[in-house]
Amino acid sequence: MTWLARNWDQVALGLAQHVGISISALAIAFALSMPLGIWAARSDRVQAAALTVAGFLYTIPTLAFLALLIPLVGLGPANAIIAMVAFSLVVLIRNIATGIRQVPPDIVDAARGMGMGDLQVLARVELPLALPLIVAGLRVAAVTVISVSVVAAYVNAGGLGTLIFNGIATDHPPKIWSGALTACALAIAVDTSLALVERHLRRQRSA
Amino acid sequence: MLAAAWQYLVTHPAAFGQALGVHVALSASALVLAALVAIPAAIAASRRPGLAVAITQSANIGRTLPSLAVLALVMPILGTGFAPSLFALTLLALPPIVQNTLAGLRSVEPDVVDAARGMGMTAGEVMRRIELPIAVPAVFAGLRTAAVQVISGAVLAAFIGGGGLGDFITAGIAMMALPQLLVGAIPVTLLALGVDAAFGLAQRRLTSAGMRAA
Repeated sequence: MTWLARNWDQVALGLAQHVGISISALAIAFALSMPLGIWAARSDRVQAAALTVAGFLYTIPTLAFLALLIPLVGLGPANAIIAMVAFSLVVLIRNIATGIRQVPPDIVDAARGMGMGDLQVLARVELPLALPLIVAGLRVAAVTVISVSVVAAYVNAGGLGTLIFNGIATDHPPKIWSGALTACALAIAVDTSLALVERHLRRQRSA
Repeated sequence: MLAAAWQYLVTHPAAFGQALGVHVALSASALVLAALVAIPAAIAASRRPGLAVAITQSANIGRTLPSLAVLALVMPILGTGFAPSLFALTLLALPPIVQNTLAGLRSVEPDVVDAARGMGMTAGEVMRRIELPIAVPAVFAGLRTAAVQVISGAVLAAFIGGGGLGDFITAGIAMMALPQLLVGAIPVTLLALGVDAAFGLAQRRLTSAGMRAA
């Protein structure tokens, strides 16, 4: 506790880096998954192929993935962000595609009957109805990205993992605890708040 | 670079074999220990709503915790080495097994249980002969998720002296020795993909014929 009180700025810096890199990775993953998920919702073959490849990436152990990227992109945040994006794809694509597929055909027909084109149906009917599932996907992806980011400190990506690794190297438990507990708290806080958003959206849809 | 990695592998067969052995032993024991705790806990919870809520909520929290943070938190308390790593990895494997087993048991239709009771089965018989067989595919889905997570977590155990293939990766990164790094990273990736595929196959095989047809 005394260590934390004297060094809160180090923890705050780690937390800020952690949040920053996680948000960047999530934004990139979401931008990639959106078109892929929409395409997968329209075609079974695209869905099967996208989920197989993304599932394959997701199965690779985190540290091995980061290590395998070193010969290609070296050390640093770019390495970490590529790994974080790769791990988020499967859940995002799956939830976007499932969310769109779950929209009742009657509703889509009604929208077309009102004179909406494909893009309008997608933007004004399908995506809004798929939103709770898309948020559920983002929630899992966010937790995954925060977890990967802890390990990514080992390839010099910064963040809360830096405190853990420095603490281990110098045999300094307060540093380890500060880094590890802050990372856990961040993951729980993000998970809980996105769960609340998800529940709110579901209630709105069913009302 | 792959040739250099292969060269490293054939010149260090004993070290590689030892690391692979530790990695498999660590992952397999964590998975078995977690299953021994999680499956009975889920069975007990399926009969007690209060316990089910408590277990589900802790599993939800447990699943969000970063693996490396859990390993790092265990180290100052239990020290470094195989046993602390095993403890942390077992903790990490619990949530997916509990969640899936509970979901599998809940998916059993009340009518089916009623029919079995009507045939004169006791609660224990209903669990053994009806509910568990129906839940088996879900249990295996949980074991599969947990196995992949544990193999991935066991790589991180290298940071707290747990040994395993992660040792090659950390040493390779520290010395920027790429062949050594690949000797850790490629086999552990293949191990994770192989175990995932094997569990997927087992899951399909163990689904009872009646349920497959349905």
